[in-house]
Amino acid sequence: MKKNLIIAVLMTIATTVLLGIIYPLVVTGLAQVMFYDQANGQLIKKDGKVIGSRIIGQAFSGPGYFHSRPSAVNYDAANSNGSQLGPTNHVLIDRVKGDVATLHAENPGQPIPIDLVTASASGLDPEITPAAAEFQIARVAKTRGLSEDAVRRLVRRHTRPRQFGFLGEPRVNVLDLNLSLDEEGNPGSH
Amino acid sequence: MTVNGWLQILLFLALILLVTKPMGVFMARVFSRERTFMDPVLRPVERLLYRITGVDEDHEMRWTEYAIAMLLFSVVSMIVLYLMQRLQGFLPFNPQKFGAVNPSHLAFNTAASFTTNTNWQAYAGESTMSYFTQMAGLAYHNFVSAAVGIALAIAFIRGVARRQMETIGNFWVDLVRSCLWVLLPFCVVGALILVSQGVVQNLRPYDKATLVEPQQVQTTGADGKTVTTTVTEQTIAQGPVASQEIIKEFGTNGGGFFNANSAHPFENPTPFSNLIELFSIFVIGGGLTYTLGRMTGSQRHGWAVWAAMAILFLVGVTVAYWAEARGNPLLAGADQHVSRMQAGGNMEGKEVRFGIANTALWATVTTDASCGAINGWHDSFMPLGGMVPLVNIMLSEVIFGGVGAGMYGMLIYIVLAVFIAGLMVGRTPEYLGKKIEAYDVKMAMLVALVFPLVILTFTAISSVKGFGTSSILNPGPHGLSEILYAFTSGAGNNGSAFGGLTANTLWYDTTIGLTMLAGRFLMIIPMLAIAGNLARKKYVPPSLGTFPVTTPLFTVLLIGVILIVGALTFFPALSLGPILEHLLLAAGKTF
Repeated sequence: MKKNLIIAVLMTIATTVLLGIIYPLVVTGLAQVMFYDQANGQLIKKDGKVIGSRIIGQAFSGPGYFHSRPSAVNYDAANSNGSQLGPTNHVLIDRVKGDVATLHAENPGQPIPIDLVTASASGLDPEITPAAAEFQIARVAKTRGLSEDAVRRLVRRHTRPRQFGFLGEPRVNVLDLNLSLDEEGNPGSH
Repeated sequence: MTVNGWLQILLFLALILLVTKPMGVFMARVFSRERTFMDPVLRPVERLLYRITGVDEDHEMRWTEYAIAMLLFSVVSMIVLYLMQRLQGFLPFNPQKFGAVNPSHLAFNTAASFTTNTNWQAYAGESTMSYFTQMAGLAYHNFVSAAVGIALAIAFIRGVARRQMETIGNFWVDLVRSCLWVLLPFCVVGALILVSQGVVQNLRPYDKATLVEPQQVQTTGADGKTVTTTVTEQTIAQGPVASQEIIKEFGTNGGGFFNANSAHPFENPTPFSNLIELFSIFVIGGGLTYTLGRMTGSQRHGWAVWAAMAILFLVGVTVAYWAEARGNPLLAGADQHVSRMQAGGNMEGKEVRFGIANTALWATVTTDASCGAINGWHDSFMPLGGMVPLVNIMLSEVIFGGVGAGMYGMLIYIVLAVFIAGLMVGRTPEYLGKKIEAYDVKMAMLVALVFPLVILTFTAISSVKGFGTSSILNPGPHGLSEILYAFTSGAGNNGSAFGGLTANTLWYDTTIGLTMLAGRFLMIIPMLAIAGNLARKKYVPPSLGTFPVTTPLFTVLLIGVILIVGALTFFPALSLGPILEHLLLAAGKTF
C-alpha cells in the first residue's frame, strides 16, 4: 500500500511532465514549423490589422452582404455555443417563425433554406449551404447594383464541394464571399 | 437520408473493420511485453519512468493490489487536478490571466469528471481554463484515464486467459505501456494531421479582429430593459487545441478545449478532420475485440463480439439519421428537404459542413463509446434522434465502447449471456473454458445494478425538487430528458449532455461528480474481482453441452442480453421523456 502510494505520487509527476508538458509543447513546435497558418487560426489581415479568421464566422446584417446563419452567441469567438433549444420549445418555434417572415418578405415565393433560420452548434459556423447563398443573391445584387449572374458567378467561385468529392456537405464561406464582393463588386455602394 | 450520407457512414465502419486486426495484434503484443517496432525508441523511456518511480516491472499483482494501485493513482492525480485548477492564476501559460476555477464545487466536479474519463463539462473552456490547466491538467487526464481503462480491460482479458493463477498483471506496467505504445505515437501523428486541416495549436493570447461590418446587438439587461450596443470587434480564442483534440477522441474522453467542443471550427474545421476524429474514437475499442480473441486463443469469439457491436452501431445510427433527416414539422415555412443545394433536415444546433449524416453519425459514435465529444447539440435533436445517444449510454457504452471500459463492460454482459444460456440448457455455464459460478454472476449483477440505481435515484430527486428543475432550459417532457441525460452521461462516464441544463450549480456539480465516481469505481472493483476469480480457475475443455461463444447464435444472444438488461431497465423513464415528447410533437404540441 505504502509503496504503491509513493509510486502513485511519483508516477503522477513524471507522466504529467511527459504527457502534459513535453508532448503538447513538441506538437506546438512541429505545428508552428509545418503548418504555420493553420496552427494560428488562419487569420485574415487587412492593412496590418486582423479582420477575422478564415474559418470563424462573423455576423452580417446589411443588405449588400451575404448573411451568416443565426448564432446563439452573436458570433462571439471567445464564447462558443448553440441555442440548446429543444424541438418542442416554443421559443425555438417562435424565433424560426419570425425569421421566416422576415426572409419571406425579402424574397417572396422562394423556399427558405433551413440553415438560414436555425442557429449553428458552435455559434461560429463560417458557412452556409449553396441553397442559402442562392436565396440571398437577388438582394445582394440589387443592393450593389450588380447583375444576379455576376453575383452568382462569385458565389460559385466560393462554393466548396464535398471534401475529396464525398465527405461532408457542399458549403459557401460567408466571410470569404463578402470580402471578395467588397473587392470586386463595386466597392462603396452598399 | 441520402446515398452519399450512407456512403460516408459505411466507409467509416469499413475503416474500423480494417484497423481492428492490426490494432488488436499490436495491443496484444504490447501487453504481453513482446517486441514491437517502436521498442528502440520507447523502451528507454519506459525504463527511465520505472527508475524514477520505483516500479518493479517483473512484479505481478493479485486483483486486490491491482485495484488498490489503480485507486491510489486515480486519487492522487485527481487531487493534483483539483489543486491545479484552484491555483491556475499562479501557474504559467495563462495569457488570458484566468483566475482560480470557481466555485470550488465546479473544480471538484471537473476533477472527478476528467479522472473518471467522463469529461463532463460544467464550465466553458475558453473562458475558464488557462493553457496550462488545459495541457497539464485536462489533456493529461485524457491520456491517463484512457490508459487506466485500457489497463483494466487487459487485466480482465488476462483473468479469462490465465489458468490457476493468482495474479492478473502489474497495473503500473500496463498503465505506462498504454500511454507510451498505444496512445502517444498515434496522438503525435494525429495531432499534426488535424493541424493541417485547421485545428489550431499555439500558445498565443486571444486575437482581436476588427469586424468587416460592425453589428448592432440588442441585449436585455437584468432590469428588463433592452440595450443596443455596437460590436466592432471579435475576440478569437486560441490555444494548444490539436494536441488535446486528438487524445480527446482517441482516449474516448470527449472534453472539448472550447465550449462548443468538436462543433467549434478550431476543433473540427473540415469533413476530413471530422472523419479522423470519428475514426480515433472507435480504433482502440474495435482493436480490443481482436486483442480479446488473440489473448484468449479464440479469435472467432473476438469477431462474434465485434459483430454484436457493429449491429448495435448500425441500428443506432439508422434511427438517429432517420430522425434528424426528417426535420422538425413544427418549423413551418422553412425548407427542410434534402436537395443538391442543401442537406436539409433538423439543422438547429448543427454545422453546415457536417450536415445531417455526419452529425447523426457522430452522436451515435460518441455515445456507443464513452467519448462524449459532440459536433452538434443533442439537446436540439429531434426527440427520437436525441434518444439514440441516451439509450447508447444506458446500454453501458459497450458498442466498441470507451477505451478499455467498453471491453470490460462488454465482458460483464458476456458473463451474463453465458449464464443465461447455461440456465436454458441446464448446465453449468462456461466461458472460454472457465466455469461461471455464483460469485462471478453476483459480481456481474452488482455492476449491472449499480448503474441504473445511481441514475434513476438522482434523476427522480432532481425532477421533483426545485433545485433540480430550476436548471431546466426546455420545458415539458424534454426537461426530464435533460436531467435523465445528465445523470446517465455521468454514470456512464460519457460526458456529453443535453446542454440546455444549467449544470454548474451546487446540486448538479456535487451529485453528478459523485455519480461519475460511482459510475467508474463501483463498476471497476467488482469487475476486477471477477477477473481475479476467473484467473484462479481451472481450464475445463469444451464438451458437447458447452454453449459456443464463437457463433452467430452467440452474437444474437449477446445483443438480446444487452437490450434486455440495458434498455428495459430504463424504458419507463424513456417513455416519460423522449418517447412522450415524440408523440406530443407529432400532435403539434409545444411547450
